[in-house]
Amino acid sequence: MKYGPGRSGLIMEEPLLWEKGRPGRNGMSIPDSDVPDAQLAADLCGEGPDFPDLSEVDVVRHYTRLSQWNFGVDTGMYPLGSCTMKYNPKINEKHAASEGITSAHPMLDDEYCQGTLRIIYELQNYLAAITGLDAVSVQPAAGAHGELAGMLIFAAYHKSRGKKRNKILIPDTAHGTNPASAALCGYKPVSIKSGPRGILDVDQVRELMDEECAGIMITNPNTLGLFEENIREIAQIVHEKGGLVYGDGANMNAVMGIVDMKKCGVDVLHLNLHKTFSTPHGGGGPGSGPVCVVEELAGFLPSPRVVFDGEQYRLEDERPESIGRMHCFHGNYGVLVRALCYILTMGAENLKKATQYAVLNACYIKVKLKNHLHLAYDRPCMHEAVFSDKKQQEYKVTTLDIAKRLMDSGYHPPTIYFPLVVHGAIMIEPTETESLEELDTFIEVVKEIVAEAKSDAELLKNAPQRFKVKRLDETQAARQPCLCG
Amino acid sequence: MRYLPHTDEDIRTMFDTIGVSDFEGLFRTVPESCRYDKEMKLPPPKTEWDLNSYMAEIKSMMKITPEHAVLVGAGRYQHHIPSTIPAIMSRSELITAYTPYQPEMAQGTLQGLYEYQTLTARLLGVDVANASMYDGASALAEALLMGIRIGRKKKRVAVSKAIHPHYRAVVDTYFAPTEYEIVELAVAEDGRTDLSSLSAEDGFAAVALQSPNFFGVIEDMEKSAEAIHAADSLFIAAFSEPLAFGLVKSPGSCGADIVCGEGQSLGIPVSFGGPGLGMFGCRDKFVRNLPGRLVGETRDLEGKRGYVLTLSTREQHIRREKATSNICSNQGICTLTAAMYMASLGGTGIRKLAKLNFDKAEYLKAGLQQAGATLCHDAPTFNEFAVRFDSDFKPVQKSLMEQGIAAGLNLSGFYDDMDNCYLFCVTETASKDVLDTVIKEVKK
Repeated sequence: MKYGPGRSGLIMEEPLLWEKGRPGRNGMSIPDSDVPDAQLAADLCGEGPDFPDLSEVDVVRHYTRLSQWNFGVDTGMYPLGSCTMKYNPKINEKHAASEGITSAHPMLDDEYCQGTLRIIYELQNYLAAITGLDAVSVQPAAGAHGELAGMLIFAAYHKSRGKKRNKILIPDTAHGTNPASAALCGYKPVSIKSGPRGILDVDQVRELMDEECAGIMITNPNTLGLFEENIREIAQIVHEKGGLVYGDGANMNAVMGIVDMKKCGVDVLHLNLHKTFSTPHGGGGPGSGPVCVVEELAGFLPSPRVVFDGEQYRLEDERPESIGRMHCFHGNYGVLVRALCYILTMGAENLKKATQYAVLNACYIKVKLKNHLHLAYDRPCMHEAVFSDKKQQEYKVTTLDIAKRLMDSGYHPPTIYFPLVVHGAIMIEPTETESLEELDTFIEVVKEIVAEAKSDAELLKNAPQRFKVKRLDETQAARQPCLCG
Repeated sequence: MRYLPHTDEDIRTMFDTIGVSDFEGLFRTVPESCRYDKEMKLPPPKTEWDLNSYMAEIKSMMKITPEHAVLVGAGRYQHHIPSTIPAIMSRSELITAYTPYQPEMAQGTLQGLYEYQTLTARLLGVDVANASMYDGASALAEALLMGIRIGRKKKRVAVSKAIHPHYRAVVDTYFAPTEYEIVELAVAEDGRTDLSSLSAEDGFAAVALQSPNFFGVIEDMEKSAEAIHAADSLFIAAFSEPLAFGLVKSPGSCGADIVCGEGQSLGIPVSFGGPGLGMFGCRDKFVRNLPGRLVGETRDLEGKRGYVLTLSTREQHIRREKATSNICSNQGICTLTAAMYMASLGGTGIRKLAKLNFDKAEYLKAGLQQAGATLCHDAPTFNEFAVRFDSDFKPVQKSLMEQGIAAGLNLSGFYDDMDNCYLFCVTETASKDVLDTVIKEVKK
């Protein structure tokens, strides 16, 4: 696969912003003043920042060149496990960027903003319908922010019952942010080892769950891509001890229309709109992490909430049990618009199909590659399959080498070295938007790399070769930090 | 469905390879008792054209339109955004990438973030800035938690009442389950935070001010730094309008230890309050306590300059529950947008634009006073200020709205003693004609 679409290209060099430009240039028009000059007290005046002066062309070429060093979902397959890198529809971008939406100021009275409030209200309802839970707040700005909202709800709930709890159960197959989110609420994470089948063992939970424990945080399907089959029994144990069940819904793409979170016994769940609901990740954000709860916990949701009285949408702020405000305004509103557009475009039938095809694609890759890469748990997987570099160790080839070589073949690598329970993990999540031909080509490329590992390990060690830079020294970056130019 | 490429034949081929006969076979590990047993209650799928009609209906429900002049700020500011920014920042390679975990194929994002960190550090006057937080409010909450980490044994922080009420509400939310105490500092007559009683006995790990504050008032940052440091506390400087630092001294240069705030003004539309970005920086010596992602410069195998995510041992995926924050996704593309805006303005441009904002706000301030309004505070302000009206301003506000001007934010809901007080914001987008209309309407 040396040659093929997207495998090689023109790479333009481009310096840092401040290595360009000339004093006196400008890259955007500034209105002429139509009011008199005013004086600010001299002791408050600064000199202004030392920014380079660039022309509009300087700036446009700069960022265009930068963009060409990047790889996105629109460039090619991006099977980054746990991140659900599905296609990001363009129509959603158009609506989020339309002036009617972007010019709406959040501090105006509700009557002026009925349209933008309606979007929040409808999204709240649709996310409730999709998860099976009862009430939703879309305020959290990312998945980890949603987790924090969830943990704050746990803390507020236990406080309302007059009991402060200080521990929380977190399986070793949970998402990495879970322990940090719990710790912010004063909960000491108690790790639960997954059983030999890669899922939680009921007896383990029974042993560890007590009345000091606020509850459990379960990622389901877990980060091995396996469905936690015992979730109902586990939830029952936790509930019997007065605890709550948190569901990390980052992997919701595997179960839409298939699993009812309420029936699983989940009390609080966050979603990642930038994963399951197709909003672009923008090289790190903005995301959105709505938090969904059962009826009994609705009062604890962040404030304000959007309600509808049959005629008017309004922001409800008088909510005494609420954990309070998580964001200055309504979270990453533009992301909410995109997610609503996606749900309206898909409808129930296509969302369920998306889930079915996402799982189909992952299972197909699992079956096709399991004789080539070591499969950590040979069990029916959901939306992602976790392999490792075990079979390549004899050639001294690591997961990192395989990942870098994949880049040269035109693919973004899978998530690597996560989950931690699998040594040298290679976590592949193709998503439903990849076609059979794309999957087959990817599979062939992986097979070729596996063959190269045996025949020419240096090729992998020296990868990548086709990008602006060769392999970067991350150790040096951390040892002598240079964070500012 | 156009996003789903699978044909019936593809599906059959894949079923055969996997060894199942239908989709049910793929979900056999999901127990019956967990199953969604009905259809999800959602509207039927819309075509692109139906969706356009739906969104047109949404827009028709808005009484505030893109044609309105908006003289309301309070954390979201209407500034001109050059068309170069949406054009370039919607490029697929930037917008459809994930967090740059594989640096060799994400050098665009990474160099862009490194440039953002640098321009931000220069704007705020700090040694180092991170690659963004969610927003100004959560950034302040994280800054106070960082202050507690640095202050070690101290369990209290102080927060000025002149900080945006929503920021303080978010701080309360973050601190609710902790053992730490938040003390609010009063606002003096002139609109600045009263630090006169501050002392080392208070045991504050950190003291947070906002400048320009919620009332638009520029705090005396240098004197504040002296007082706060004399009380053996860290000085946290928040902001909601970073454009101010084109004209006003930067918080870092005045002695702030941690600087945090909202970056929406830098090329990002108000968009009903999000997304924007939390800007966050500090002195070098606190860098290991910093929350959020950092990009650093390094070399590749051949010695060529490149950029990577770094110092990740502070972060949740490595340090787990001992991390400096739980933040993972941040504001990504908004961060690059802010950098592109700063680069488009340049040093010369930002000064000119900041001055224009200041001049225009001073024009309206003087005009409203002549029309009979009283200034709530007499300390200098940037592009926002609060006035008190003798008579009910609501009818005037309504009439102005009908003339296409959204003017003034009622402060009575935010502060007990501010009935009939309104907060005005004037940016470069407000013409003299608009300002004159407001003044005339108040005079009537």
